[in-house]
Amino acid sequence: MSAKLEALSLNLQKHLGERIKSLKIALGEVTIEIDAADYIDAMNTLRDEPELQFEELVDLCGVDYSTYGNVEQVGKRYAAVSHLLSIANNWRLRVRCFAPDDSFPSVPSVIAIWNSVNWFEREAFDLYGIVFRGHDDLRRILTDYGFIGHPFRKDFPISGYVEMRYDPDQQRVIYQPVTIEPREVTPRIVREATYGDVE
Amino acid sequence: MAELRNFTLNFGPQHPAAHGVLRMVLELDGEVVMRADPHIGLLHRATEKLAENKTWVQSLPYMDRLDYVSMMCNEHAYCMAIEKLIGIEVPVRAQYIRVMFDEITRVLNHLLWIGCHGLDVGAMTMVLYAFREREDLVDAYEAVSGARMHAAYYRPGGVYRDLPDRMPQYRESKWKSAAQIKPFNEARSGSLLDFLDDFVTRFPKLLDEYETLLTDNRIWKQRLVDVGIVTPERALQRGFSGAMLRGSGIAWDLRKKQPYEVYDRLDFDIPVGVNGDSYDRYLVRMEEMRQSNRIIKQCIEWLRVNPGPVITDNHKVAPPAREGMKSNMEELIHHFKLCTEGIHVPEGEAYSAVEHPKGEFGIYMISDGANKPYRMKIRAPGYVHLSAMDEMCRGHMLADVVTIIGTQDVVFGEIDR
Repeated sequence: MSAKLEALSLNLQKHLGERIKSLKIALGEVTIEIDAADYIDAMNTLRDEPELQFEELVDLCGVDYSTYGNVEQVGKRYAAVSHLLSIANNWRLRVRCFAPDDSFPSVPSVIAIWNSVNWFEREAFDLYGIVFRGHDDLRRILTDYGFIGHPFRKDFPISGYVEMRYDPDQQRVIYQPVTIEPREVTPRIVREATYGDVE
Repeated sequence: MAELRNFTLNFGPQHPAAHGVLRMVLELDGEVVMRADPHIGLLHRATEKLAENKTWVQSLPYMDRLDYVSMMCNEHAYCMAIEKLIGIEVPVRAQYIRVMFDEITRVLNHLLWIGCHGLDVGAMTMVLYAFREREDLVDAYEAVSGARMHAAYYRPGGVYRDLPDRMPQYRESKWKSAAQIKPFNEARSGSLLDFLDDFVTRFPKLLDEYETLLTDNRIWKQRLVDVGIVTPERALQRGFSGAMLRGSGIAWDLRKKQPYEVYDRLDFDIPVGVNGDSYDRYLVRMEEMRQSNRIIKQCIEWLRVNPGPVITDNHKVAPPAREGMKSNMEELIHHFKLCTEGIHVPEGEAYSAVEHPKGEFGIYMISDGANKPYRMKIRAPGYVHLSAMDEMCRGHMLADVVTIIGTQDVVFGEIDR
């Protein structure tokens, strides 16, 4: 582990302390997990504390963990994962915040801390149905006007439910149930850790 | 007295200055923009969802179709994310080839940008010049990968094949005699590197030509100076990157600050703007082309004298050579497993970012150990820049909206994904 990551993880522990649920360093990247209850508070510290100083939120995305590893998962299903960047200190951080309730996933919005998160939160809401509390303009962004469902959830089929075509009789574009069967050319396989080892 | 109300105007999705399928709802007070609400998603193809249902290599060509004017840079971020997760080393020669083509891509992107930006604000000539030079670079793409745009040239572990020794040449035809095509073929008589060498010696002069057309042009300045000013504080708050951030005076470039591949061995400078307006961003991008030209030159020199492998010999990641596959059982098995099942990437998550011509292009990848990604998130620079549209447009005239779209250098392939 490089000195830089060491310094970052020490600073994180110093300033966030108890609020960090887990801290992991892997592949040269630091990941912390924060409870939804502490989320806003911790994010404010991450931006304003000079020893951390993450001025920029680079990315925020939703993740649906329900089929991770091809097995039924216990525990929370949806998470909002954000990537922070500090220009001053030249380091990055990944923050994961699980939504406490699977049936109505909801996470506080950080839009007041970083304005750049606006569309990212709209996107995560659109694609995963994660509601960001405090976001004042949480509309769908990528899907069609009037789209039903959250297409990136793992239980949403890749072909979708409806397709669009032009109907010559009605002389307008109509929606109808999809006419294609989902097919999988290469099956998804998770091998055991030692698979294919020579030793 | 009649009641005065703001006028709402629908801009796009089929507007020539919208750079693709941008629909914008503009609220106007006279000719002044009070609010801009971009509606995006008209080109949404759910690339990320498709990638979850394809093996790691199968979704590589989707990357070209994200930002379809800087194809190889997208592939680069994708390959780097996989390489980071597997933990494989890329051969040095492949790293140089990647850097060279990243910079070629940057020039390609900026040329298209300057052409279209010019068209948007009324400089009609620029696009003709830009496409003349793009032609040569697209030919380099074609020589190396067989495709002029959607190359699928970078692969996890390296690049698909080594640089060709010959350039394709123009042939005599009914319409063009041998004497007519001779000057076209002069630069193409050698290898790809000779061809590019010829290009990089010509290019700085051509850039000067562009600058005589635009830089001190009164109309160009009237349209660009003080339009869409972004302060450094706001640029950070809005998550800007690339030329948009540097135009506001923040010297941040991943190639310098968090160097990947062989950028730390190359000599180049980072241009930074002062005022954060559209004109500064124009100057920054013009200078970036000059710097890219320098980088390409250095890569050509290195590549000429350093032959070597261009893809990893780890056959769990990259397929073995055709010859080996036909004569060796082990390699045949590797080939079979790779082509039927694909790469298995160890469990974990990685974020890899490259300095894409438009800003920071990142791929966030979660793998659960399967032969397909569990989740892939594409962090597109244009998405973030366009989200600042409202802020940048407010108080400007309607005609400036077009300038601001142009200066953001948006491409809908990456924004809508």
